[in-house]
Amino acid sequence: MSKSAAQDNFNFNSQQATQIIRKKYCRFKKHGIKYVDYKDANFLLKFMNEQGKILPGRITGTSDKYQRKVATAVKRARFMAILPYVADGLK
Amino acid sequence: MSLVNYESAIILTPVLSEAQMQEAVKSYRQLVAEHGGNMVNETNWGLTKLAYPIKKKSTGFYHFFEFQANPEFIAHIETLYRRDERILRFLNTKLDKHAVIFNERKKKGEIAPAAKIVKEDAKV
Repeated sequence: MSKSAAQDNFNFNSQQATQIIRKKYCRFKKHGIKYVDYKDANFLLKFMNEQGKILPGRITGTSDKYQRKVATAVKRARFMAILPYVADGLK
Repeated sequence: MSLVNYESAIILTPVLSEAQMQEAVKSYRQLVAEHGGNMVNETNWGLTKLAYPIKKKSTGFYHFFEFQANPEFIAHIETLYRRDERILRFLNTKLDKHAVIFNERKKKGEIAPAAKIVKEDAKV
C-alpha cells in the first residue's frame, strides 16, 4: 500500500474539492480587449468546441456583451472560410 | 460627407498567377482612390487553404483592404465584386472605434498578426 490514507479517502464533494474550482471570468474584461477580430482563427477557437460550434457564454465565462461580438466574429470567419461551418476534431 | 472606416476582405480564385492577383488587387486599390477614399492598410495572406471548398476551389488568395470611404461607395464596390469572376467571396465590414485602434496597434506590431490555422487533419 503505497497510497496514503488521505488520498484514498479523498471526497470529491467535500469543501476541499470545491475550493479548487476557479471562478470563471470574462477574458475580454480582464485583459481589456475591446475588439474581436474575425481573422484570428486561433483566438476564436477558444470559444468553440471540437465540432466547430460556438460555446455558450456560461461555459467560457464571457460576458453577454462580448459573447455577442464573439458570435458575430465566428460567423464572419465561417463565411470567409477561415473557420469551417461543420468540423470533426477541430482541436 | 464624412468618411467611414471600412474593411474589405476578398478571396481571389487560385487559378490566377501571382501577377494577375496583384493586378486585381491594384484595380480595387485605384478604385478606392478614385472615389475619394483613403487606403489605410492592406494585408495579403497569399495562397491560403480554405476551411471548406468554395466554387470547387480548396485554396484562394486572401486580401484585406482597410480604408476610409463614403458609405455610398460600398454599394458600388459590392456590385463590382459580384461581377468580378476572379473573386470567390468578399466581405465588407464597418470598423468601430475599437477596431480602428486594434488595427493601428497591429500595424505597429504591438499585437501579433492573425494567422490562419492550417490543419491538415481538420475535416473539410
